[in-house]
Amino acid sequence: MNFTFNDDQLLFRDSVRDLLRNEVTAERIRQRWDSDSGVDSAALQSLVDLGLTAALVPEEQGGLGLNAVDFILIAEECGRAALPEPIVDSCLVATPMLVDADRALEGSDSRLGELLQAIASGDQTVLCGPSINPYINFAHSADYLLLPHGNEVHLVANDAVQLELQTSVDLSRRLSKVSWQPRSETCIARGEMGADLWRSTLNRGALANAAQLLGLSEAMVARSVQFATDREQFGRPIGVNQAVKHLLADCAVKAEFAKPAIYRAAYTVAVAPTRADWSVSHAKASAGDAARAASRNCTQVHGAMGYTWECDLHIWMKRAWTLDREWGDAGFHKNRIHEWLLQPNALLGPQYTFGRRHMGDAATPITSA
Amino acid sequence: MDLIYTAAQTQFRAEVRDWLKAHIPAAPLPSFDTDAGFAAHREWEKTLAQGDFGMVTWPKEFGGRGCDLIDWLIFEEEYYRAGAPLRVNQNGIFLLGPTLMEYGTAAQKQRFISAMASGSEMWAQGWSEPGAGSDMAAIRCRADRDGDEFVINGQKIWSTRAVFADWVFCLLRTDPESSRHHGLSFILVPLDAPGVTVRPIPQLNGLPGFAEIFFDDVRVSDFNLIGEEGGGWAIAMATAGFERGLMLRSPARFQQASKRLVELYRQRQNDILDLSIEDSVVRCYMDAEAYALSTYQTASRLINNGAIGPESSCNKIFWSELDLSIHETAMSLLGAKAEIEPSSPDADQQLSNWLDGFLFAQSGPIYAGTNEIQRNIIAERMLGMPRR
Repeated sequence: MNFTFNDDQLLFRDSVRDLLRNEVTAERIRQRWDSDSGVDSAALQSLVDLGLTAALVPEEQGGLGLNAVDFILIAEECGRAALPEPIVDSCLVATPMLVDADRALEGSDSRLGELLQAIASGDQTVLCGPSINPYINFAHSADYLLLPHGNEVHLVANDAVQLELQTSVDLSRRLSKVSWQPRSETCIARGEMGADLWRSTLNRGALANAAQLLGLSEAMVARSVQFATDREQFGRPIGVNQAVKHLLADCAVKAEFAKPAIYRAAYTVAVAPTRADWSVSHAKASAGDAARAASRNCTQVHGAMGYTWECDLHIWMKRAWTLDREWGDAGFHKNRIHEWLLQPNALLGPQYTFGRRHMGDAATPITSA
Repeated sequence: MDLIYTAAQTQFRAEVRDWLKAHIPAAPLPSFDTDAGFAAHREWEKTLAQGDFGMVTWPKEFGGRGCDLIDWLIFEEEYYRAGAPLRVNQNGIFLLGPTLMEYGTAAQKQRFISAMASGSEMWAQGWSEPGAGSDMAAIRCRADRDGDEFVINGQKIWSTRAVFADWVFCLLRTDPESSRHHGLSFILVPLDAPGVTVRPIPQLNGLPGFAEIFFDDVRVSDFNLIGEEGGGWAIAMATAGFERGLMLRSPARFQQASKRLVELYRQRQNDILDLSIEDSVVRCYMDAEAYALSTYQTASRLINNGAIGPESSCNKIFWSELDLSIHETAMSLLGAKAEIEPSSPDADQQLSNWLDGFLFAQSGPIYAGTNEIQRNIIAERMLGMPRR
């Protein structure tokens, strides 16, 4: 039992954090808003150079062979930077879905292995559009989309779909409604295998958003602490007032307790993604709660400035609003927990924080659902 | 990251579970805020000590097992799962014990920790005064040095279980010229010393859980001074750190309560008209788990030579508000029966437990530093907001 990150994981996090701090400024995010593609190619390339796209690709396909635990702090940093490019969606969600499919098919479909190699090198990108999300963010920028038809998983090239662009309140997002025709040659999985892939993918997507929401919350609080320190009224910083302090302290408490839930979910997803429903829903619901509180309280701390277009806070706030509702909103995730709590055989009580494995049932992997 | 217990940890859990099964009192003990209940809980502490389960993290020489914090969490999980009696000496074992481990001399540890661990000496806390609550640096109760003794005069208040306890650990002003947090000392005082008067204060449940303590020329040896004379504030802050940080309220307590809440919810599910209750039940269960996960994280960090950071101030707010939510939700589920006192013909164990817990939960956001003080600490020390 060791609930900490190792030095490699922390080092990877630090280098991504440093890079994002320099490359993804509020000014450059606003430049993306005015561009057609919404992508900053230079920033994207430096993330590829750091190994993000290769991270979850197996080593035999030119990747780094890392897992969700290794990547979770990276996702958090992408949230902290309010990174617009769908790096987390492709690296932590779509790529592992392809990896899982390739493993289940034991490499029999050579397209998957080749695509994974191209993903690792940053030459091609893939995103997925599960039925729970009505739109795909940055679908126009992906070479391939993973799309559902019932339980089937289809790998569809960009030129075989029609995209109808939608404008989000968060201009960092580029949403599309996707129309396409399922064909037998695009189907890479069906039946139980397809259902498992979608189930894992839903958990990975919700986990990815939870981690980003945590980073977004902490970033909003940090900006607000700075604002409350600089802004003076009655001859002193507004941050000396308890009413202001407590607004931000409440956000800190929520973020602090979302954190370990997200890390447990990352571990569970890395070990058994189809059985991570409980831990992922816990992570997503708490991170969303923290992000909603931070959005509201941080706007309040900024006063009228917080309601302007000029103030950068809304870059983070709008992202928090949208990521909170993607991959299942609070209602969806709390309902999954609720259903589980009502199961007569649910493992409840202090001895089951990490599932039942430690009670001598060695065959059961750590999971709660 | 490895979230699987080792074989040794699993073995330890089994040992704790078996031992508790064999030793737990057949019937629940009466409240430890009564004479009979306190005596029964004192006996239970002795039983625990005989099994070497008094405080598993302490070194063997002090009656412990030298366990790490993960083992401590496992012990606590089994303890609450089994429904074992509450720890009547929590001021001693969770607060003073760790303080002595860090600041006590070898002789002081030998004298006080062993007696604490064996269940023979029970402790109360003497910090608050009528004029020094949240503003603890306003302490006025004096301890004047006279040779190798201190002479204590003044008053302490809100001392939990001082009516029944044997000793009290105090923060006293040893330098009469000093002010605020300078000139305070951490001194241990026997409650049977001549000149000590303990007056009970009934709590919300009518039982004398609080006391005020009056000191009238009370003499104690300077052997009882912990750390440096005048250096009491830093030691008290460390003690408060244990209180808020890790030890005082282990997550298992809330996980077990939220498990009971889910069971109660299953029983009453079809009678509920207030749809928000469903949401509360889910939140309580999630939050109890989040607290457990956070504690495992902190424990792992400490085992790997990390430190408890200022973020530990978040703990106290989180568990005290969680405890309120759990019990408020339970009261809502019990509806019009929630108010029934244990002495009533219609009362049963379940009703009594929830009502007891509900009353006690009201105190959580107040004791161990009010939640408003905690929010200030988070804002200033964790987030770095300006003090003035």
